[in-house]
Amino acid sequence: MGEKTEALRDVQPTRLDPSFKYEVMKERDGETLKICFQCGTCTSSCPTARFSDSYRPRTILRMAQLGLRRKVLSSPTLWLCTACFTCTDRCPQDVEVASVLRVLRNLAIREGQIPRIYAELASNIYETGYAYKIPEQRERKRQEVGLPPLPKPSLDKVDRLIELVGGSKLIKSKEPE
Amino acid sequence: MSELRYLLFLGCTIPYRVTSYEISARKIFAKLGIELVEMPDFNCCGLPVDPADHEVMLALAARNLCLAEQQGLNIITLCTGCATTLRKVNRMLKQEKELKTRINEYLKEVDMEFKGTAEAQHFIQAFKEDVGFDRIKETIQEPLVGLKVAEHCGCHLLRPSKVMAYDDPEDPAVLKGLIQLTGAKCLDYADEAECCGYTIIAIDEKVALQLTREKLHHVKAAGAQALITVCPSCHLMFDMQQSRIERMFNERFELPVLHYPQLLGLAMGFTPDELAFNELRVNPSRILEAIKAT
Repeated sequence: MGEKTEALRDVQPTRLDPSFKYEVMKERDGETLKICFQCGTCTSSCPTARFSDSYRPRTILRMAQLGLRRKVLSSPTLWLCTACFTCTDRCPQDVEVASVLRVLRNLAIREGQIPRIYAELASNIYETGYAYKIPEQRERKRQEVGLPPLPKPSLDKVDRLIELVGGSKLIKSKEPE
Repeated sequence: MSELRYLLFLGCTIPYRVTSYEISARKIFAKLGIELVEMPDFNCCGLPVDPADHEVMLALAARNLCLAEQQGLNIITLCTGCATTLRKVNRMLKQEKELKTRINEYLKEVDMEFKGTAEAQHFIQAFKEDVGFDRIKETIQEPLVGLKVAEHCGCHLLRPSKVMAYDDPEDPAVLKGLIQLTGAKCLDYADEAECCGYTIIAIDEKVALQLTREKLHHVKAAGAQALITVCPSCHLMFDMQQSRIERMFNERFELPVLHYPQLLGLAMGFTPDELAFNELRVNPSRILEAIKAT
């Protein structure tokens, strides 16, 4: 089946979830989804769109407006936004394009679609305070080249905060077996 | 003259693998009379987990802002990602009462409160607004006349422009001006303000590296002898990944990539060793020879 036919097949009343756009608009910065008038400035400004066959911010926003909930949230292309914010800066309608896309990724994660890298980054922060696991010998090397010791995160506080805001679902060691 | 004293927010990427940036930055800051205070406590700025959970990002950023408030200091960063995140969250919490109340409820549980008394900025913004071009000019001892370079600001030094708000995101001028203070010429090239691709390298390596590659092409086409960066992530893409891109696409760039503090440091009279040139992946000897020849 061609790409166009497939898209048409998806836009069937039975496949649409009319409440989806409200779900998006309820989230912070998500409300601007409703004012997107599909001019395409975002896609034509998007660095990723030039090299990816599938990532088109305008299309994703339209699918969200239409209520193609499952298709949007399970789409691997959702994760190809570099967060460069060129789309947001150039949008003539003041749609927070990059932030709407972030809302969609946040929603995808709530549905359990978490790319490994984000589980890893979140878990590193939970375990060390830093987004990357900095090898122990790095501290020795810092001393050798005359750099001060790295700031020591108060991990109990950092972790408590992550748990309070509901970040536990991102942490690998907290995954249900 | 106002006192140039800041809390240094180092972030995660620099200590993880871009120490040369920190070493050279500390050298030039000292020369400019900028006093750095180390963070007494720390956690990641939050940006890396924003795509996963916005609320977690907000809380992590807010905690760092509170640490700055407790010290009574403004934050200075070397990483554009940390800068944009801390600025954005600071602005949001200062402007939105409801959000501030909600975040403060979390912070209260870890004995903190966001008050809104500190600022956060990237050092390039601080150079423009606090240090001033004149003061930087006075520190130049060996102008790099004859050298031609290009700049890569990095997305988060410029955008979202309503958050960063001190340069033109479509035609950035501040870093260019700072480069020209060193005596080097800063060339224009196509799509200067475009992304390096770093944030999606773990998602789609090929697309990410194509973004980097295209920029390398544009910079080479302009005739630049080096590319100047002000972000550890951008630097990793252009410097560390360059040989990989060369192999992947069977082409040669051999374009040295310097941190701005390394370029300014040379003009201040520091030696390449003092500025950790030995840690660069792309051999910088050709640019050092070009400088010697001028």
